[in-house]
Amino acid sequence: MGNTSSMLTQYDIEEVQEHCNNAFSQQEIVSLYQRFCQLDRNGGGFISAEEIMTVPEFAVNPLSQRLLRMLDGLNFKEFVAFLSAFSSRTSLQQKVEFIFKVYDSDGNGKVTFNDMLDILRDLTGQFISEQQREKVLTHVLEEAGYTKDSLLVQADFVKLLGNSSMKMEVEVPVD
Amino acid sequence: MSKLRESDSELELDHPNIEDYLPSESIREPHGKLRLRDLLDISPTLSEAAGAIVDDSFTRCFKSNPPEPWNWNVYLFPLWCLGVVVRYGLLFPVRVFVLTAGWIIFLSCYFPVHFLLKGHDKLRKKLERGLVELICSFFVASWTGVVKYHGPRPSIRPKQVFVANHTSMIDFIVLEQMTAFAVIMQKHPGWVGLLQSTILESLGCIWFNRSESKDREVVARKLREHVNAADSNPLLIFPEGTCVNNHYTVMFKKGAFELGCTVCPVAIKYNKIFVDAFWNSRKQSFTTHLLQLMTSWAVVCDVWYLEPQNLRPGENPIEFAERVRDIISLRAGLKKVPWDGYLKYSRPSPKLREQKQQSFAESLLHRLEDK
Repeated sequence: MGNTSSMLTQYDIEEVQEHCNNAFSQQEIVSLYQRFCQLDRNGGGFISAEEIMTVPEFAVNPLSQRLLRMLDGLNFKEFVAFLSAFSSRTSLQQKVEFIFKVYDSDGNGKVTFNDMLDILRDLTGQFISEQQREKVLTHVLEEAGYTKDSLLVQADFVKLLGNSSMKMEVEVPVD
Repeated sequence: MSKLRESDSELELDHPNIEDYLPSESIREPHGKLRLRDLLDISPTLSEAAGAIVDDSFTRCFKSNPPEPWNWNVYLFPLWCLGVVVRYGLLFPVRVFVLTAGWIIFLSCYFPVHFLLKGHDKLRKKLERGLVELICSFFVASWTGVVKYHGPRPSIRPKQVFVANHTSMIDFIVLEQMTAFAVIMQKHPGWVGLLQSTILESLGCIWFNRSESKDREVVARKLREHVNAADSNPLLIFPEGTCVNNHYTVMFKKGAFELGCTVCPVAIKYNKIFVDAFWNSRKQSFTTHLLQLMTSWAVVCDVWYLEPQNLRPGENPIEFAERVRDIISLRAGLKKVPWDGYLKYSRPSPKLREQKQQSFAESLLHRLEDK
């Protein structure tokens, strides 16, 4: 079982690298592949929501349910593409695009007031009342020159987050 | 789902301060006025999630680590082949013979003792203890166990309980060959289960089923009875409740630490030079695991009997359990992780997520007032 990495040829690795815009080195891809096989318990070639939830550190994350919808049923290539948003080699622009996708649950390219409210609800749970959440969100939206009915597109996100000192990076352990 | 919830709420009470271990990235330092971009920036939470997907401390605890590969060359190959021939062709049959002989001796003595000496309880118990120690020595011999015991041997006295880290069921055999412990263990199926219910039962061992919640109370009651009885065998508990790969320790269940007894820590560290002693029960049966050990050169391990510990004034059982875990981890060179080993079988409690939500909500409200 230990030698799963030998199943990846250099061609495979290069293909995956290309798919994720070279966000990961070859060694990192090998490492991710081992991890993928470990997560894919039944060896079906794709990971299910059930399998990912066996990682307790992930299961306790406030956004886990939302991310699960993006992760469920991914094969290895897609899995790497998902994680590429967290590579240090990925541009801030791409990272912001990823965040936008997390917000845009129906994938129509527009983030509504409710989309933002949903995320805020995931993050704060029962510790802030629904009215207060709406109030806070309306307040900051108006301050930034939007209204409750504005539809935010990707460009708005890039404008808002694009020049921040946001650091969204995860290191892939390589042995 | 509701069934999961139920067991979760029971587990909650058990937890040490898990937030002490978790990365605290999602807790943002409140500074300045809250702006839209601060609210939209969910990158810390996302990074945390992605980090857990890439690598997590829980899965690492239960990973069987493959042995270091040899630096192969042509000269080594014939030697390695010779090794295989010796291990499988010579050592293995001899070991099977030793183990069979052990069983024959053991059984032919055990049953007469058990049934003929019904009236003489004291003598019978003493002999049975000796016999169980004997058969465990045979087991250890069958993998050429090179075990080094450090520290004073355990003695029989009431109000004390031994706790050890758990790597495989062979921990039990290794400890049992020195002292006939009574142990608390998961009820196993197959031949191990048969042994449990016949022979080990006479040592005062207590069996339970992890998934039966009502077993918990029964076990707790039996435990109390056992430790308070003057002549019962010393009690051994593996507070992790599951086998860990001998590189990490998972959370200690508090049960052993709230009996009001002296707790004697035992640290066990296996040397992986010949074979990995971790029993990955998901991947192999106990029989396969034993066969793997019996076809290796030797099982090398160190056992430390450590300084007995008592509950300090003002300390609760969970803190006590953590302190004992520190002692064992330090001695055996194991890393500590905060997770409950039972998470192999269930989901973490929603309380942990709520803690994260609470800290986020608080910093949010704090920044709102800031303006």
